[in-house]
Amino acid sequence: MTNPLPASVDETLELLQRGDYVAERSLATALYLALKLNRPLFLEGEAGTGKTEIAKVLSATLGRRLVRLQCYEGLDVASAVYEWNYARQMIEIRLAEATGGKSRESLGGDIFSPEFLIKRPLLQALESDAAGPPVLLIDELDRTDEPFEAYLLEVLSDFQITIPEIGTIKAEQPPTVIITSNRTREIHDALKRRCFYHWVDYPNAAREQDILRVKAPNVPEHLSRQVVGFVQRLRGMDLFKLPGVAETLDWAQALTQLDRLELDPETINDTLGTLLKYQDDIAKIQGSEANRILTQVKAELSAAHPA
Amino acid sequence: MVQDTSDSQQDIQIDGGRLSANIMHFARCLRAAGLPIGPGKVLQALEAVEAVGIGNRRDFYWTLHAVFVNRRDQRELFDQAFHVFWRNPDILKRMMALLLPALKADLKQEGPEMSRRLAEALQTNKPRPGESDGGEQDQEIEIDASLTWSDRELIQTMDFEKMSAAEIAMAKSVIKRMSLPIMTVPTRRFQLSHLGHRADLRATLRQTLRSGGDVIDLATKRRRERHPPLVVLCDISGSMSRYSRMLLHFLHAVTNDRDRVHTFLFGTRLTNVTRYLRYKDIDVSLEKVSGAVQDWSGGTRIGRSLHEFNRVWSRRVLGQGAVVILITDGLDRDAAEGLGEEIERLHKSCRRLIWLNPLLRYDGFEPKSSGIRAIMPHVDDFRPVHNLASLADLAKVLDHVGPRRHGGMARWLAEVASA
Repeated sequence: MTNPLPASVDETLELLQRGDYVAERSLATALYLALKLNRPLFLEGEAGTGKTEIAKVLSATLGRRLVRLQCYEGLDVASAVYEWNYARQMIEIRLAEATGGKSRESLGGDIFSPEFLIKRPLLQALESDAAGPPVLLIDELDRTDEPFEAYLLEVLSDFQITIPEIGTIKAEQPPTVIITSNRTREIHDALKRRCFYHWVDYPNAAREQDILRVKAPNVPEHLSRQVVGFVQRLRGMDLFKLPGVAETLDWAQALTQLDRLELDPETINDTLGTLLKYQDDIAKIQGSEANRILTQVKAELSAAHPA
Repeated sequence: MVQDTSDSQQDIQIDGGRLSANIMHFARCLRAAGLPIGPGKVLQALEAVEAVGIGNRRDFYWTLHAVFVNRRDQRELFDQAFHVFWRNPDILKRMMALLLPALKADLKQEGPEMSRRLAEALQTNKPRPGESDGGEQDQEIEIDASLTWSDRELIQTMDFEKMSAAEIAMAKSVIKRMSLPIMTVPTRRFQLSHLGHRADLRATLRQTLRSGGDVIDLATKRRRERHPPLVVLCDISGSMSRYSRMLLHFLHAVTNDRDRVHTFLFGTRLTNVTRYLRYKDIDVSLEKVSGAVQDWSGGTRIGRSLHEFNRVWSRRVLGQGAVVILITDGLDRDAAEGLGEEIERLHKSCRRLIWLNPLLRYDGFEPKSSGIRAIMPHVDDFRPVHNLASLADLAKVLDHVGPRRHGGMARWLAEVASA
């Protein structure tokens, strides 16, 4: 099943909601523009704020194929675009010899034909589909090196790839491209210029509450309020790695698994590892600091929701 | 940027061969100021002026501009030179040597806007760039060793003294002697090589086609090598002010020499000046830097600045095994509060941490200040940086790939303490 593209920002918001994604309006606007004007969407932000999720939700709700390119250092054409099936090519050459040699030219044409081609994500993304052009997710682009970024720039500008032995392959309909980055390296301006840029920030309390409601419906309301209040306060502190939305969800789920109905200092100390991932940070929060934050959160909640 | 060249201003007088002579002088002026202009360009300029005519000043300006300027960052210099050189109506009757008094008056009007490089270029008795006035290469810049810092943060835009042509030449020659950094580390990419140990099947198959499949000759590949990124943290507080300028020249040269160089300046706060240092023209670059930095020659808060770096920038610029160069004298206003932890974190998140300290030139240097004692145990290398020679030595350090020398500094510290 394939759905038409959203025709306005509101429709984009609805589309994301259908996929259980609670989005800021600003993000929906950027996404709408990217879809409408057919440009890549460049999402940057801290880890665990739901960047990758957007591409998944988009492909699910639009009924398009999701092609994912997970980046890493040293990613090259062979693993990102295409690779020849060398073993089969070798066998083909031997067979040609055994059956009484072909001419050089025809052999070349034979072993470099599409049937020996192994397609990697970027090439797959150029193939049109019955369901419409696929959603291409280029995940954690900052982990690659500059040469690959430069190559990507070329691919994203005209959506065509040249394979010397075959020729140029061009997309009939360009795919929807979502690029994410955790900012472990500054991406070059030239690439950013071709994209719509959006910084995915931590959500505010109300939105985080909504996310918990959608993503973790089994967590009691009272507990989720406390969890969100606690995490929001942590994000205001001077920590090395602030907890993302993913951590909030993990923590809420963990507390539910432990049959807790509300937060208490002991539980916080025992489960802090799901929230903070650096020993320095844990040492800073554990004990008295956690108590202090919890007291504040409880006072706030009782003021806002008198039982 | 470009001044209005209205026609109401004095038009250029033509006087036989004077104009061509003056265009030649003008070209020499620009050449001395560092623009790449040879005799061919002068001839071109003469032809161009002849073709366009000199009906008005604006056409004349753009005619010369079209010939002499071929890079964006040269425009400003050309503009200044043109207005100074062609403004004076008597200019056609003078030789360049006599031009100086009028120029000086002009300089006063132009004030700080005037590039010092240009002013020098207009004087005839200067040494040509590339020649130094003997001994300048080895001249050490003395520091005042008053181990003090101003108590007041100087919030001002410092009028950064512009670089002179001689200094440019000096800096260039230093950079020429340094190939910074030569150290390379293997990357995860491959290149075709006969020395490789891995089979490159793609190349093998292509070569095989040449012989029509009769001979399969295995092609090999090896890892490509690259230098790691370089991150420089440079102290610009009062006690370092004697070095700031020289170091900025050095950083500008390094930045323009390679990719992946990130530069941060800190006094009481941290400023990322990477982008400003990318301007090709050093004058423009330094002007931008001095505009961006607000705490020149104030106090030092090393701990706080490093904390900010670790929080905001560390993961963004230290991602690919960067080498960090920390340039500071270790004199901290906050008495090294929180400095130890921050420097430890910095050390653990980079490939190598090299500390350049100008105080190290004194033989009797002892790590007495609390800031220095806090930094010392966490650096991999510790070197002086007070003159060009020590900058040149830096190349040797960076060339050394070897393993981190953990504890080397700590041992030295213990020896000093026990002595």
